[in-house]
Amino acid sequence: MIQIDNLTKVFRMGQNEIFALDDVSFSIEKGEMVAIMGPSGSGKSTLMSIVGCLDMPTSGSYALDGGSVESMNDTQLADIRNKKIGFVFQQFNLLARTSALENVMLPVSYTGMSGRACREKALKALEMVTLSDRIDHHPGELSGGQQQRVAIARALVNDPAILLADEPTGALDSKTGAEIIGLFQTLHKDYGQTVILVTHDPFVARHTERIIRLADGHIVSDAPNSNPIKAGTPRPEGED
Amino acid sequence: MLFSQNIRTAFRALTANKLRSALTILGIVIGVAAVVALMAIGNGATSSITSRIQSNGTNLISVSAARFRPNAGSPSQFSVVTYNDYLALKAGLSNVSGIAPAYQSSYDVKQGNQDIRVQVVGATNDYFTVYPSSTVALGRNINASDNSELNRVAVIGSQTSSDLFQGLNPVNRSVKINGVNFKVVGVLKQQDSSGFGNANDIVIIPLETGYVKLFGANAIHDGKRVLSSITLSASSANAVDSVMSQADTIMRTQHQLLPSDTADYSVSSQSQILSTLSSVTTTLTIFLGAIAGISLLVGGIGIMNIMLVSVTERTREIGLRKAVGARKDHILFQFLVETITLSVIGGVIGILLGTAIAAVFTALGLITAVVSMSSVLMSFGFAVAIGLFFGIYPAYRAANLHPMEALRYE
Repeated sequence: MIQIDNLTKVFRMGQNEIFALDDVSFSIEKGEMVAIMGPSGSGKSTLMSIVGCLDMPTSGSYALDGGSVESMNDTQLADIRNKKIGFVFQQFNLLARTSALENVMLPVSYTGMSGRACREKALKALEMVTLSDRIDHHPGELSGGQQQRVAIARALVNDPAILLADEPTGALDSKTGAEIIGLFQTLHKDYGQTVILVTHDPFVARHTERIIRLADGHIVSDAPNSNPIKAGTPRPEGED
Repeated sequence: MLFSQNIRTAFRALTANKLRSALTILGIVIGVAAVVALMAIGNGATSSITSRIQSNGTNLISVSAARFRPNAGSPSQFSVVTYNDYLALKAGLSNVSGIAPAYQSSYDVKQGNQDIRVQVVGATNDYFTVYPSSTVALGRNINASDNSELNRVAVIGSQTSSDLFQGLNPVNRSVKINGVNFKVVGVLKQQDSSGFGNANDIVIIPLETGYVKLFGANAIHDGKRVLSSITLSASSANAVDSVMSQADTIMRTQHQLLPSDTADYSVSSQSQILSTLSSVTTTLTIFLGAIAGISLLVGGIGIMNIMLVSVTERTREIGLRKAVGARKDHILFQFLVETITLSVIGGVIGILLGTAIAAVFTALGLITAVVSMSSVLMSFGFAVAIGLFFGIYPAYRAANLHPMEALRYE
């Protein structure tokens, strides 16, 4: 599904070159639920934006679903983001003054599909996140957890190859955060959805089946998590 | 789907900041309203001048004195047209339905306590043939025997009548022109007087009576009676050119000019005057429209300004749209639809406002403003084109934002 080889991303800050990612290689298979974990500055956000086709690597190769991404132009990348990647952000990034339904319809509208088909797909996605009764509510009228579920429905609406979540529980309280993690686990188990969770939080990461740890632009460990935590389990004492 | 959604998105974005949107379109509103109103007023002025000239028929030809230089480099002189010229034209011209000689000058006219200064025209009965719009509403015209019998009679304009007589019937009452008693025998019908000069403030007396009793030495030049103008009415529009050239030949003979001499008189037709005047007013209208067009341009720059602010404010939204699959052209189109929506709304309001201003001018009786379809379409099209033109740069900026940087923008 994802094949990354010798990926490097360099940012220029004046005279200095900063290696946000330095020779990173890994692969993720279809149907996996993986956490990419590391402290801030470890390069996980850069990795996420490259995996999400929002940014291009300086060198190295990235193949998504068989297609080589690093040779694509802007229009092709937009198409990949539209059809193969579903983003979930920490701050939800919903359009204000726009109903939940229309927010979820947004990615479908860029496929050129008819209005009726758009609406049907969006209703189905909202059903998957159990928000069918809130379709006409605006983001301001929804709780944080509900807003994040709308954002997840928006990410799912075009049946993406991967669901890419960047600190999805970062703006939520622990109870609501657990619900959102639980929703990801359900999507993974019941629908075989490939999920990549980007987080700094080891407790959140342990809800997945595999943890890739990053530090200073390198992968420091990549190991399966044989016993993922069930969503809703209280955070152990002393762990932050 | 995408198009209707873009329009909805545009309205949502514009109504989110109503005051700002209103101020933005104000420039376009004022520009379009100014174009529509000024063009309407200009067109109204043109058609009022045109219709006033045409009300006397376009077959009129005027022979009058002109400034001329006897030799190149010598100072210009002013010649005169005389009563003898009139007699020669009357004897020599064919295809003419009327020849009206006139001498005019302004005099003090008194009646009771009223004392006004008015243009007094010495004329023959042909005056009323040549100027069909000068007809009497009360009483009678000046006739041939008034001239031959040197009757001290006068026909006065409607404005003069109300100024002197304050609503009384002036017929058979007397007025003092420069101290000389005249009896009013007729009052002219009110004429359309917009434009310049006032056709309603006039006193017409028999020409012969004028020479003998009123004009005095001013109207005599080298022992000849002077005329201000001789107006010819050609029998048809086709005859105008031939009458003009006949008049020219007769006048050259009368004034004993050599073929090499420059004419010391002018022969001009009403249609020449008409075309000169309408070209002047058309130029004026275009000029006014162009000035108004500049304010449209300024309005367009206002739109661009606000759209640039809007793009900056909505950087995160643009990033999000790109993250979920919007292509560059989607973003470009979205912002273009927004600016065009602004300019279309501004254009429509501007047309309504401009039409209202024109209607106010008409209602106040200042001028009959004529809102033309062409000025409406032109200013509306210009407004939309300006919206499009000044929308391109902000939309281009939005479309080329880097998705990752846009998403992280604070």
